[in-house]
Amino acid sequence: MAKTLKTLGEDVWRTKVEKVNGELFALTYGSIVTQLCRDFNNNYAKVNAQLDKMGYNMGMRLIEEFLARSQLGRCRDFRDTAETVAKVAFKMFLNISPAVTNVAPDAKAFSLVFDENPLAEFVELPEAARRRAVGSAAGPVENGDAMASAPAPLWFSNVLCGVVRGALEMVQLQVDARWVSDVLLGDECSEMRVTLIKVLEDEVPAGED
Amino acid sequence: MQQALSGMNSRLSSIGGSVVGAGDARTRAQLDRSITRPRVGEVSLSAFAFLFSELVQYSQKHVKGIQDLEKRLNLVGYRVGQRLLELLVFRDRGSKRDVKLLNALLFINTNVWKALFGKPADSLEKSSEHDDEYMISDNDLVVNRYISIPKEMAQLNTGAFVAGIVEAMLDGSGFPARVTAHTVPVAGFPFRTTILIKFDAKVMEREKRLADK
Repeated sequence: MAKTLKTLGEDVWRTKVEKVNGELFALTYGSIVTQLCRDFNNNYAKVNAQLDKMGYNMGMRLIEEFLARSQLGRCRDFRDTAETVAKVAFKMFLNISPAVTNVAPDAKAFSLVFDENPLAEFVELPEAARRRAVGSAAGPVENGDAMASAPAPLWFSNVLCGVVRGALEMVQLQVDARWVSDVLLGDECSEMRVTLIKVLEDEVPAGED
Repeated sequence: MQQALSGMNSRLSSIGGSVVGAGDARTRAQLDRSITRPRVGEVSLSAFAFLFSELVQYSQKHVKGIQDLEKRLNLVGYRVGQRLLELLVFRDRGSKRDVKLLNALLFINTNVWKALFGKPADSLEKSSEHDDEYMISDNDLVVNRYISIPKEMAQLNTGAFVAGIVEAMLDGSGFPARVTAHTVPVAGFPFRTTILIKFDAKVMEREKRLADK
């Protein structure tokens, strides 16, 4: 099954997708992130949130194009979803094939490991953006304060998390997608963890039966 | 945040300069990657279109009018242009600067458009009324293809983003100018975008001086 998805992804990329220069895409994204950093005064937690929100909006509209071009039906289970997202969706839009790893035993979570990231071409993060909270802070912690003062690293490609979240929500899957490691922060690999929160039931609008 | 251009670093360090920011081995590796051939390949037009539309929507929240929105888009494009200039001049011109105005414009008209959009721009014209104005036109600007402008904002052309790219490239080449994007429909091409370039007086003086020599 995985092999067929891979071939499908490659076929769609080759035949049905209009292409544009990847460097323009990378530079545009970088410029957007820079603009956000400036607007939010280098508050990386807010930048991450904004990137996720933008990705969410993109994902909600992107899913239709995905379904139209791939002509795929429902996935049998969450694992199937993982393979589809990795082999077909990412291939179709970004021409990359992240690997699906670390599938949770109850198949309610998986990781996508990216060995190439077109968004992060040419990017180097400043020291401040790479700093992460070091364990739990010593001393008494006030409720709101800890979160506000804990330095958040900049998850540069956070928009992708939003895209995954938005797209899957449109197909009734509420997920949480977040980066656990990123090459730009000095980690070994870029890994996104996607966890299924719940399957959304189709809601019948009030007044209809 | 910087988008460091790899390859530049290895040349800089051979001159003996110190490198900014490269803390660990991994970032050093990033800076050493070759930029002679593009490594990213292509992405789908839809990915770019969605990203661009999000950019426009985000920018709309922070502005009070069409001029402001175009200025913001111009600014985002400006940053792209600054880096694109270095990249393309390095690749296509062997890092040799264009000193003549017309050559710089031709570079943008042909090389830059070709690199970004896959084909040269549709026309490069000199204004007959103003000596310091030039126009580059594109019948179907890629960034605008999936943008629909509401009637009340008919003056807006999101090609301001591309105008920003062009402005940065001209500024960086030593031809400071003000660049804007306008919709100029022509028979058969209702969405034709014209990038209007108005050069600073200094540039025109220098051209005249060079021509008279």
